[in-house]
Amino acid sequence: MSDEFAIEARGLSKHFGTLRAVDRLDLKVPKGQIYGFLGPNGSGKSTTIRMLCGLLLPTEGSATVLDTDIPGDSRALKPRIGYMTQKFSLFGDLTVFENLQFIAEIYSFPKQDRGSRIEALLQQYDLVQQRDQLAATLSGGQKQRLALACAVLHRPELLLLDEPTSAVDPQSRRDFWANLFQLAEAGTTILVSTHYMDEAERCHRLAILDRGVKVADGTPDELQKNTGMHIVEVLADDPYRAHAALSNIPDIASVTQLGIRLRALIPTTVDDPLRLVDRALRSLDVQAHAQLTPATLEDVFVAVTMTPRERAA
Amino acid sequence: MKSLSRLLAIVRKETRQLRRDRLTFGMIVGLPIIQVLLFGYAINTDVRNLKTAVANQANTHLSRQFVAALEQTQVVDIIATVESAEQLEDLLRAGDISLGVVIPHDFDRRVADASRAAVHLLVDGSDPTILSVATQLRSMPIAFDVQSRTVREKMVVGGPLGPIEIRPYYNPERRTPVNIVPGLMGIILTMTMTLFTAVAIVRERERGNLELLINTPVTSAELMIGKVIPYILIGLLQVALIIGIGRLLFDVPIRGSIVDLYLAATAFIAANLALGLFISTAAKTQFQAMQVMIFYLLPSILLSGFMFPFDGMPKVAQYLGELLPNTHFIRLTRGIMLRDATLMELYPELLFLIGFALIAMTTAAMRFSKRLD
Repeated sequence: MSDEFAIEARGLSKHFGTLRAVDRLDLKVPKGQIYGFLGPNGSGKSTTIRMLCGLLLPTEGSATVLDTDIPGDSRALKPRIGYMTQKFSLFGDLTVFENLQFIAEIYSFPKQDRGSRIEALLQQYDLVQQRDQLAATLSGGQKQRLALACAVLHRPELLLLDEPTSAVDPQSRRDFWANLFQLAEAGTTILVSTHYMDEAERCHRLAILDRGVKVADGTPDELQKNTGMHIVEVLADDPYRAHAALSNIPDIASVTQLGIRLRALIPTTVDDPLRLVDRALRSLDVQAHAQLTPATLEDVFVAVTMTPRERAA
Repeated sequence: MKSLSRLLAIVRKETRQLRRDRLTFGMIVGLPIIQVLLFGYAINTDVRNLKTAVANQANTHLSRQFVAALEQTQVVDIIATVESAEQLEDLLRAGDISLGVVIPHDFDRRVADASRAAVHLLVDGSDPTILSVATQLRSMPIAFDVQSRTVREKMVVGGPLGPIEIRPYYNPERRTPVNIVPGLMGIILTMTMTLFTAVAIVRERERGNLELLINTPVTSAELMIGKVIPYILIGLLQVALIIGIGRLLFDVPIRGSIVDLYLAATAFIAANLALGLFISTAAKTQFQAMQVMIFYLLPSILLSGFMFPFDGMPKVAQYLGELLPNTHFIRLTRGIMLRDATLMELYPELLFLIGFALIAMTTAAMRFSKRLD
């Protein structure tokens, strides 16, 4: 195992009956970075994270997580990782303080430092006011902060976060990411799954999963540059008709409407994408302005999750 | 060292959660009180005041004395006097009476003749308890049947005196609560203890806490033992409650050592908690856990010797009964509380409970894998 990577997965697969929840996944997560898993529901993000922390046994393949082999005895791994589930998994009938205290005890956090560590976390995650409140009565954002505080209390080297922001408001999401950057700066490796594009964009690296298969990975920049697609943005008076005009052209792989704008993805094998679009629009007499534009992560996502037939256009 | 601190963390967490769970807390205290009162007052196997009708066809001095003696027993309550056996049958069928007494014309002569029954009892056998009570009444007519003429006079004057004398030991007044309460302790503990732990793991799974727990360094054994310890104390509290009420309201004695009783109870509580944990590792939902638990509770009531005398049960039922912790616990409590037996004398029963607890606990810890699949 190199010192470079916190996680290395080789051909990791998990089958539930005939369903291939995760299919031959290769993965390299560098230490000290925030690594994103981007994918829709059911793409295998949670299953992969659960295999990496030893909760699920891989059907095939293997992984090395912080020098520990998966599958194998993951006991030595437990104190070194922090895990946060989608549902936050807090004890609703314990107070905020008692939740943290229980985690401190269960991880055998040094007794003399326990009190100060918990106080520091309450400060850091803005939970001082809620200290003696039952966890079940917290708001979504507070629950999320408490769950993160619980996950990092024992200062894990690796943090596995399974869709931590799917149940909270945008402000809480921003604050949450600020906390993640702080943790990464302090040297924690973070693997975080999400289905939000804006969150994926903040990761150092990310992998896009689709139906259990990794369809792309790299830095957000790399991914945006290597879509293999021209992106044409169309501003039309009648976006509905423009959509109709474009969606019948076989060379156009995908058309997505965003308000009055349309984004058309056209394979780079097409030489003059603008002319193609103009011709298509004129054929239906649609007044519109088309221009080439750089790819966003959303475009990347649309491009890489296409079926091969769509991609060939 | 770390292991002990993790164990204590679980114990502390469980205790805190328990303290905030008012329903469960109410059940811990309320269930024993209600059950003991219910069983102590309502369930009474000494039947009295059975509705009875008499057809006294003899109507002699002797037969009238017999009817008076019958009434004196208080077992029967004579609500009607009719002419014929047919009328008695009608009343029985209508459910107006449970017992019909037919005194034939030649009653006086029959009494003197050992080969003929002097009185006929018509019994509503659809309730076995009534039938058995009526059978007890036979000590009267039997006396008339088998005794010689010389004894007869004395009998009739001195009231019913059967040829077989019964002397009940340990519960001479034949009060039901004295017998019920020690057995009821087993039923109440089976009900509450098994239920608490049967839902323990499943509940954590349903709330999503389990996913967090199994990602911590806590081991299966620590988790299992940590969950059991607070409930052992609660079980002992229930024992104290049951003994207290039994004593206060029903005068149930503790003739043996109270320490022996508590030791036996501890083993029994541990056995039930461990079984509950085992159920919890097998069940997928809390509802499933409850179903399995009821499946276990019924035989614990019916086959343990609580409801029916153990020796009177069919062999197969006895074998099944021997597998139930409650059977052994009821022998222990009745022995210690009523017969002044010591734990040493009853050690096979205690050994069974300890063995049962150990096996169930180990199986539960082994079955509980720290994985989700």
